[in-house]
Amino acid sequence: MNWAFFGGLLSGTIMYGVPLLYTTLGEVIGQRAGMVNLGLEGILLIGASVGFAVSIETGNPWLGVGAAALAGALFNLVYAFLVATRRANQLASGLTVMFFGMGISAMVGRAYVGGGIAGLARYQVPGVAALPWVTRTMFNYDLLVYLAVPVAVLVWWVLYRTRWGLSLRAVGENPSAAFAAGRRISALKYQAALACGFLAGIAGAHLSVALARTWTEGMTGGRGFVAVALVIFSKWHPLRAIVGALLFGGAVTLQLQLQAMGAGVSPFLLNMIPYLLTLGVLLVWSGARRFAAPGALGRVYSGEE
Amino acid sequence: MSAFTSPARRLRGACAAGVRVVRKGWAIAAARYAIVLAIALLAYAVVLLLAGKNPLQAYSDTFSFTLGSWYGFSEVVVRMIPLLLTAIAVALPSKLGLINVGGEGQLYMGAWLATWGAITFTGLPAAVFIPLLIVLGFVGGGVWAAVAGFFRARGLVNETITTLLMNYVSPLIVGFFVYGTWRSREVGASAFPQSAAFPEAARLPRFFDTRIHLGLVLALILLLLFWFVLEKTAWGLKMRAIGGNPEAARRLGVRLGLYIIVAMFVAGGIAGLAGMAEVSALHGRLRAGFSPGYGFTGFLISWLAGGSPLGILTMSFVLAVVFSAGSLLQITQGVPFAAVNVLMALILFVVLMKPRLLGRLS
Repeated sequence: MNWAFFGGLLSGTIMYGVPLLYTTLGEVIGQRAGMVNLGLEGILLIGASVGFAVSIETGNPWLGVGAAALAGALFNLVYAFLVATRRANQLASGLTVMFFGMGISAMVGRAYVGGGIAGLARYQVPGVAALPWVTRTMFNYDLLVYLAVPVAVLVWWVLYRTRWGLSLRAVGENPSAAFAAGRRISALKYQAALACGFLAGIAGAHLSVALARTWTEGMTGGRGFVAVALVIFSKWHPLRAIVGALLFGGAVTLQLQLQAMGAGVSPFLLNMIPYLLTLGVLLVWSGARRFAAPGALGRVYSGEE
Repeated sequence: MSAFTSPARRLRGACAAGVRVVRKGWAIAAARYAIVLAIALLAYAVVLLLAGKNPLQAYSDTFSFTLGSWYGFSEVVVRMIPLLLTAIAVALPSKLGLINVGGEGQLYMGAWLATWGAITFTGLPAAVFIPLLIVLGFVGGGVWAAVAGFFRARGLVNETITTLLMNYVSPLIVGFFVYGTWRSREVGASAFPQSAAFPEAARLPRFFDTRIHLGLVLALILLLLFWFVLEKTAWGLKMRAIGGNPEAARRLGVRLGLYIIVAMFVAGGIAGLAGMAEVSALHGRLRAGFSPGYGFTGFLISWLAGGSPLGILTMSFVLAVVFSAGSLLQITQGVPFAAVNVLMALILFVVLMKPRLLGRLS
């Protein structure tokens, strides 16, 4: 236990928390519009595979991130089409997207298994390197990391301070009232799904392009489902999602650090920590959560349109 | 029919009409499933073409392998066993309005506890061993699912998210034991992380010189039992009442919490049997990551079947063919096994888009 350990813990927490934050923010937007999307896991996989493939082919990781965001957004249209246009069951629609993502990512990524890339360029926070206890790794991140919290604030601002955000939340709370007030329910749901897929696509790309710098089948390891859990934990609020994402990132990093130190505990047991922590957090925070959920979450809106 | 016809004639007439209705219903249901499947296969052919594969070759290979030979067909039935069981594990709680997406995790826990029994009580005769394994497999999966049921019954966390997250924990538990204390020390076997071999008495019996095993009998009995309990007993009535209107059921004196926990325990137990049967009958050892996603597929089957026993039987067979195709195309055409997920997604997509194709609304 020394400064290097804590430095590693801090930077790891941030690095592993960031993709989860983007995913959770996407799901917050979707659920605020009344849509529970369990397909996030599939979108993450699509983002990761497309991001990695494009990075290798073009040699430019930023093109990879852009392509992943686009692919995620377009792909989530499948979900929006089923839920908003066909008014299908949300759970089954989400699993459709999950199955699609698992299959298509495996086909896209097949040619690139085992490949490696340099990843996103990292930038040191100016000035802090001069501080005595700071190790070189501590304030040295890629651009997506620096953008994560501003994006969370942006999502909050859009949801709570713009007309569009108000309409979106109205659709999630009470679609009939929103319809009576002249909002176009379907259109808003499509827009929310696009935003959700866009953010999840970025998250997937961050996993493969910046974090792992490689592609393996099923590399997201249930992060899409963890994000759904973190949305509940954050009470559908984008800023509280930051806390949730950091908590999960911290758990992942702690177990990695303990493994690296040779803590004498099986890596299998340590690997459970993030999932058990997510479950535990949900249990502890369960009180009064019911009232925080959007009123029409998960419901099929069958009103006239 | 006039009021003056004799009772016997009326009865005969009614029977004939009933048979006609049943036959017609059967034909329509079969045709509907066939249309769904045809659309999905067509779309998947496009996906295969885009991936640079030959879909016609792929489909004819699959057809001749799975349905063209007795061995191929028996392998499809072998695949069908865990799918049947995990589908029942989803269908049962769904009658109470519970969403069990944790079949995969429950399957691993059933296999885990059964393996503990198999490598601990090595001296038992088969007549004792097999029932013991069934109980252990059931309890392993059941307790795992009952945890989620308990949290739901206490109003703490919704079972969907709990079961989903627990899916990622149980393979790690299996991994911990298989790479750790249970790891086989035999020469040759130890290169691959797996448990010691099950004693011969702990292997489920197989039939007809194929790999079809006792699990099939278990699955069919459970499917019948599922139908019987649901349609013919007071429990089934209460379960459907809870699914329809939990508040009304509660006011009528149904103990909601108990029903939720027991339903989850039984469902998890049935999924656990799938895991037990896989390791005991097929592998004879516990291996990490032995399930190619049977639990998730069971959810898909139950959902497509609308929870009906006959639908579960049909869809399990169809998806068993899909799974067999997955391993076949991996070998013959180099399509990754995970690509079967695309076909499953396409089937689901068609049904969600056109729910009336299966004669019901989602």
